[in-house]
Amino acid sequence: MSILSRASRSAIALFTLGWALLLAAADMDYGLQPVSIADGTWVLVGRSEDFSTANGGNIVNTGFIVTPAGVLVIDSGPSRAYGEQLKRAIARITDKPVTMVVNTHHHPDHFLGNQAFAPDTLAALPGTISGIHAEGGTFNENMYRLAGDWMAGTEPLAPAKQLTAGPLELGGHHLELIALDGHTGADLAIFDRSTGVLFAGDLVFNDRAPTTPHANLAAWQKALDRLESLGFKQIVPGHGPVAQGTAPIRQTRAWLGWLDGNLRQAAEDGLDMTEVLAIPLPAEFRRLAVVEAEYRRSVGQLYPAYEQHALAHPGRNAR
Amino acid sequence: MHRIHGAAALLVLACSLTLGTAYAAGDRQTDPLDSPRWGDMRKEFFPAKARVVFDQRVKVSAPLTAENALNVPVSVDAGALPDATEVLVFADFNPITRIVRFRPEGAHPGLGFRIKLQQSTPVRAAVKTRDGVWHVGGTWVNTTGGGCTLPSAGSGSPEWQKRLGEVSSRVWDRKEGGERIRLRIIHPEDTGLAAGVPAFYIQELKLTDEQGAPLLQIEGFEPLAENPVFSVDIPAARTAAGYRVSGRDNNGNAISAVIEK
Repeated sequence: MSILSRASRSAIALFTLGWALLLAAADMDYGLQPVSIADGTWVLVGRSEDFSTANGGNIVNTGFIVTPAGVLVIDSGPSRAYGEQLKRAIARITDKPVTMVVNTHHHPDHFLGNQAFAPDTLAALPGTISGIHAEGGTFNENMYRLAGDWMAGTEPLAPAKQLTAGPLELGGHHLELIALDGHTGADLAIFDRSTGVLFAGDLVFNDRAPTTPHANLAAWQKALDRLESLGFKQIVPGHGPVAQGTAPIRQTRAWLGWLDGNLRQAAEDGLDMTEVLAIPLPAEFRRLAVVEAEYRRSVGQLYPAYEQHALAHPGRNAR
Repeated sequence: MHRIHGAAALLVLACSLTLGTAYAAGDRQTDPLDSPRWGDMRKEFFPAKARVVFDQRVKVSAPLTAENALNVPVSVDAGALPDATEVLVFADFNPITRIVRFRPEGAHPGLGFRIKLQQSTPVRAAVKTRDGVWHVGGTWVNTTGGGCTLPSAGSGSPEWQKRLGEVSSRVWDRKEGGERIRLRIIHPEDTGLAAGVPAFYIQELKLTDEQGAPLLQIEGFEPLAENPVFSVDIPAARTAAGYRVSGRDNNGNAISAVIEK
């Protein structure tokens, strides 16, 4: 083989690779379109789907509040690319700097865009920060498997700044940080008293079945009671469309209540996990997006604890 | 659109019926799960002269998609076959293919349990009937995997050492008649494939009634999930005032418990 032909082959290979990368980069556009829902308040609504290579992990709602004192970002999305595109979308709307990026909880679609923002702007509840340290790496690897190339360059980056519950003034917006748990061990809701908008994080899902990998159903339902009592005008759920009233809270509560009762009854009736998976879903929940898949996942995540409770009286050890 | 689907479904049904007849008639068959590993499985688990047929009467229930590869639920039911004497459960693409073997000796020929999977794979049950024929049923399970090369949660905590072999159990009346026994055994069930963690798993379990009359023998292998949970049905004719489970793991630790109602 002559040197010339080897060189020309390399050139062709490089050219092909270059095109492939360019095309890939062009494809990796989430097409983020912030929607204004209140004064200075913008929401980016994700798809009501599972993570996939088609949606790049954009199944989540993120948002931001523009104030004279700077921009507060609520959740940074599922990947570095999402975070960067979110930052550019914000810059198209305001020239105010991003002064704070809050992660509502430690699930991957809510914090893996953190790299796009200045590290000293990142903030979360202490339980969220420790959750990202403990599980961020595993979540990130899993997202590469589920979303593929969209994840390029994404690494978990935990906030350093710890948030505490209570009022937060930002450029004339009277915000209330509400520390709850139930969806995970640390769930932050942000209520903007100035606009009446409640960013509920994943404590509330709307027309999309809730996810439960770290759920405590009793605590979650208590958290929903608290959110319902706030008297908000609009609610931004973690997943699914923005709504005016409390319907998404009631829908989330109804699903969690059914799930809890169903799994408890199944365990008390001695059902094997495969039999629990075969239980038909009540009609009222069948219209929720991805409900079959979430039910299957929830059974796998939650049923063992119900089983252990039902089997709790230990057999007398015999020798 | 609907009509086309309907016609296609009918065609598929017709084909599977034809194939079903072919299975019953001779040994030339194709694997309904279309797995490139079937040939190896056939060689590994069954003598060359044994008659092995695919048989839809062997029911294997497992989720089509299993997100948690460490804890995939599987139920096997061979109740539609007469005289099932032995059931071998295996997964073509697991690094350790053998999962569990059980011999119903009075219990219903079925078992519910959970397994670890390393990647997407067929999960199959081969049921031997008294005439010596092996009847094979199964289903594909899709998973992102990794379940076999992760250490157990137990191996990283001192808790299981105190509770190793502890059995919790409960007995239910079945609407259909007879009883259901569910039991959970504290055991790490390490596969030996995670670095630095040796294989440590339950090898033998024997379920009897309180008088010691045998009901079910279970031979366990590495892929059974940590702290295994088993569901066993007892036909009405063999129900008893109480039951007993005994066995051992591959390190010789004994398991022994009375199952009280």
